[in-house]
Amino acid sequence: MTTTRRDLLTTAMTAAGAALTPRLADAQQRTQADDHDHQVVPSDPALRTKALESVLVAKGLVDRAALDALVDAYEHHIGPRNGARVIARAWVDDAYKRRLLSNATAAIAELGYGGEEGEQMVVVENTGQVHNLIVCTLCSCYPWPVLGLPPVWYKSAAYRSRSVIDPRGLLKELGLELSPDVEVRVWDSTAEVRYLVLPQRPAGTEKLSESQLAALVTRDAMVGIAQVRPPEARA
Amino acid sequence: MNGIHDMGGMQDMGPVRPDKNEPVFHAEWERRVFAMDEAIDGDWPGGAGRYQKELIPPAEYLRMSYYERWLRGLSELLVKSGIVTQSELETGIAEGGNTKGRKVLSAAEVRPRIAAGFPSTSKVPAVAKFHLGERVRARNINPSAHTRLPRYARGKLGTIERDHGVFVFNDSEAQGLGDKPQHLYSVRFAARELWGSEAPPGDSVHLDLWDDHLEPA
Repeated sequence: MTTTRRDLLTTAMTAAGAALTPRLADAQQRTQADDHDHQVVPSDPALRTKALESVLVAKGLVDRAALDALVDAYEHHIGPRNGARVIARAWVDDAYKRRLLSNATAAIAELGYGGEEGEQMVVVENTGQVHNLIVCTLCSCYPWPVLGLPPVWYKSAAYRSRSVIDPRGLLKELGLELSPDVEVRVWDSTAEVRYLVLPQRPAGTEKLSESQLAALVTRDAMVGIAQVRPPEARA
Repeated sequence: MNGIHDMGGMQDMGPVRPDKNEPVFHAEWERRVFAMDEAIDGDWPGGAGRYQKELIPPAEYLRMSYYERWLRGLSELLVKSGIVTQSELETGIAEGGNTKGRKVLSAAEVRPRIAAGFPSTSKVPAVAKFHLGERVRARNINPSAHTRLPRYARGKLGTIERDHGVFVFNDSEAQGLGDKPQHLYSVRFAARELWGSEAPPGDSVHLDLWDDHLEPA
């Protein structure tokens, strides 16, 4: 079905613009190879994107090397490993943790992270009494410098709608059942402040180094849909 | 705008399914849409890209994947601003050059620009209308354009928990009506205030709201 639609569009696009023809087969192949099973991508966005890029490049509005550099930055350099380093540092260094909770932007910058979509950061701490959860009900706001680009589930209608009205039910479905004694705080990122959860350090990790601790910290725990598990529970 | 994007508190939207090994992008075209949106020097105000996505008709908004919305929003802004024509988008053939003299981002400028970011704090002095611990009510407003005050909090009572300082007011900025800088606060709303007596007693939802969204309780 998808192939038929793609073929029809390819034909239409080829007829409309001969300049595009050499790139279409290439675009098609890559789209098929990159299709991910939980997001069925119709072919027309791939073709429209190709057309848009051709036009912007030909008009001298974008430089392809800059596009490649942007993709490379977020695909290979800016991601949740950055946030994990921040969390591990806070676990081993109390003074750093205090700075992180009182001025997160500056404390995160100490480790070299900051900038776009993290210009103003707030870190909220999970404890035995409080569990924090981050969402953006209106859009997809997410702390890029420390977590990278947001995953599909974070941007989904399901998460955006339910996290504020039924966080406990949602977390339970995701395997995190919170005691009624634990207070749940949901942070809806409605402005340009970005939030990061400081998860609880798991028990039995006293002997781990800072980098070993960082390896335990997951993106999901830094958004608040999971807790950080000790090493033995992760096999 | 009371649009489909304002989803907080809606029900029956299906399960949340995190993918442990999710790639950053799911297809090559997503990489390119993301990068073009980041790179282009549009002549629209900050926040207009987000507002443009909110204007996608609800049924289409729900059907589209995330980066399809980006592609739609970017294409529409480019045409609206006259940087690209509709016919260019349809054919993939440029009919003219960079006639509006937009700046072209170079590869060397990418990482420094990401590191600098686009701060929306404002140096314009503004007096805070509310103080820490003060009880406030989110105004019951239904603006027909962009707003950062979600429906689920309107008319509800909350408490000022943190003053973030002076920020550009996105409701105004995204429509091209100016920065209108004012204080931004983290406001705590009890889950019971938002969702009624069946909500757990100690739970809360915290929203970042500006002076113009709030009134004394």
